[in-house]
Amino acid sequence: MTLDSLPIGQRARVIAIDWSMLEPDEVQRLQGLGIEVGARLAVAHRGVFGGRDPIAVLIGRMTVALRRSHARAMVVEPV
Amino acid sequence: MGTLRSAALVGNPNAGKSALFNALTGARQKIANYPGVTVERKSGRLLLASGEAIELTDLPGSYGLNATSPDEEVTRRVILGELAGELPPQVLVVVLDASNLEQHLVFAQEVIALGRPTVVALNMLDLAERDGLVIDPLALEEALGVPVVPTVAVRRKGMAELAVAIEAAEARGSEHHRPHTTLTERRLTAQAIAQAAIVSETSRHRLHARLDRLLLHPWAGPLILFALLFVVFQAVFAWAQPFADALEGVVGWIAGKAHDALPAGLLRDFLTDGVLAGVGSVVVFLPQIVILFFFILALEASGYMARAAFLMDRLMARIGLSGRSFIPLLSSFACAVPGIMATRSITDPKDRLTTILIAPLMTCSARLPVYAVIIAAFIPARSVGPGLGLQGLVMFGLYVAGIVAAMLVALVLRRSVTKGNAGGFIMELPKYQMPRAGDLAIGLLQRSWIFLRRAGTIILTVTVVLWLLLNFPRAGEGQDQVDASFAGKVANGLAVVVEPIGFNRDIALALIPAMAAREVAVSSLATSYAVASDDEGAQAMKLGAQLKTHWSLATALAFLAWFVFAPQCMSTIAVTRRETNGWKWPAFMLAYLFGLAYVFAGLTYWTAVALGLG
Repeated sequence: MTLDSLPIGQRARVIAIDWSMLEPDEVQRLQGLGIEVGARLAVAHRGVFGGRDPIAVLIGRMTVALRRSHARAMVVEPV
Repeated sequence: MGTLRSAALVGNPNAGKSALFNALTGARQKIANYPGVTVERKSGRLLLASGEAIELTDLPGSYGLNATSPDEEVTRRVILGELAGELPPQVLVVVLDASNLEQHLVFAQEVIALGRPTVVALNMLDLAERDGLVIDPLALEEALGVPVVPTVAVRRKGMAELAVAIEAAEARGSEHHRPHTTLTERRLTAQAIAQAAIVSETSRHRLHARLDRLLLHPWAGPLILFALLFVVFQAVFAWAQPFADALEGVVGWIAGKAHDALPAGLLRDFLTDGVLAGVGSVVVFLPQIVILFFFILALEASGYMARAAFLMDRLMARIGLSGRSFIPLLSSFACAVPGIMATRSITDPKDRLTTILIAPLMTCSARLPVYAVIIAAFIPARSVGPGLGLQGLVMFGLYVAGIVAAMLVALVLRRSVTKGNAGGFIMELPKYQMPRAGDLAIGLLQRSWIFLRRAGTIILTVTVVLWLLLNFPRAGEGQDQVDASFAGKVANGLAVVVEPIGFNRDIALALIPAMAAREVAVSSLATSYAVASDDEGAQAMKLGAQLKTHWSLATALAFLAWFVFAPQCMSTIAVTRRETNGWKWPAFMLAYLFGLAYVFAGLTYWTAVALGLG
């Protein structure tokens, strides 16, 4: 499953990321925030005003906001 | 080894760098720009134990030496000494968030690997404690191979120790470059170091997780945000009033004293009608500006601003922008200049350009004097509902008009001149923190000083020049002074252009100097009506009363509509030129905003006249 469909609160591990779906500077930014294969994360919040976008992801001790379009590039498995 | 002259703070965003910078330098700060680039250069004097002072700079927060935004680019170039005209800092102070070591140690390793004299400030230990973390600074020091100083910047803890360590680091000198590592390697090392340094960890319910559940709640979150914005704008108008009245009283008292003390003549007229009427009418808006900036700085320091960006992202996406544009646009309600400078954190260049172009549509504090004077004069102070006055409603309407116009313009721009892929939205949501009063005070002092300096320089110069142009050549017997003056002749020419939209000659006269800054329109009107009225009684009349006798309601409304759009601010144009590296975009901004101003002032006037308000 991809990160955008992960239920809120479910812990998961990133098993693959299709970096080609993202812009080069977005890749750098996400990597800078620790979003990489192997990272453990959970979705904490979903946005408002329809579309449930953006999402807030708990990673390490951080909360990172990103769009669902980014989350769709990340394959996760619940742990 | 040379003597120590400079050090710089580096670190991830949200490491508490600014608070640490304030704690180390106090109010001895200077804000300038880096040579050739527009990123704000914050520097201050740090006193060492030896009594010597060195220059400490606060570099923009960065996640690594691979820059993805103009801000991060500056940090990289300063650290590596690649920025022409800027000496690389001799000592690098890496600031870490103790409650988020795994993340912050990644960039720290990259900086330490440069082999330059480096000190680590293990900051925000109080937040780590709040999260149930106990950290061993010595273990961290051993793993990193550089001195580690525990600090709590907001409580001024560890400042003296940090200053000593900075001094000692320079004396130790450089060491060899360490081998290059990849990001993944650094991340694994960071996790290992953090694990070794964390002595114990009790999993407490973290405060910020609980706050986020409320503040990012799908429907409570936006409600709270809008309630908060409502409170902010309410406060700007209600709380500021007594202070503004007091300031006005002081200006009036000085004018009265000057009037009594000086003999009748040009000098007295110059001081009372020119300087005091002009500058005084602008200075009275200082309280409103201070209150607005207070909220913006406090929201930013508390960590809430990033949540606001999160909540607004979806709406911003609809107009082709992202939540990141929300913060610059909100700042633009205070002033478009810091707003436009704040766009540097937007990574997508098209997003950034669009945000810059629409920032002047946010109702900045310089419009307040204009709106407030016109509304007070022409809109009856009638209640239209419980706790809702007609004047406040009109003011609110003007703010909404600016926002709606900005959204529509963004939509159009994103489909035409700034067409491109919609930028994404990736942003760290920092931990919540209680803003420290001292840090807010420093920020407010800096903003107030900028405003007062403007009043004392640009606005003073412009009003004085206008007064001279209005008073010379002197009118002959039976001739109107304004008609006879240079300024009057120029205004008569401009009046032909603006007459169709309901503007009279006085307005044309005020619009020219108001190119310097919008609030000058008020001081210019005050000066020109003061000059035009020759008998003492009329001179004593307040500006509002003067306007009422000279303007129709339709004209006043058109004047308000004009100022929703008109880009009458030299500082905005200048900062846009700097931020976009050329005259193309400021020229575009001027053209489209004046075009909209003319059309909408006209539409307002004609509608009002058709409704019988002419």
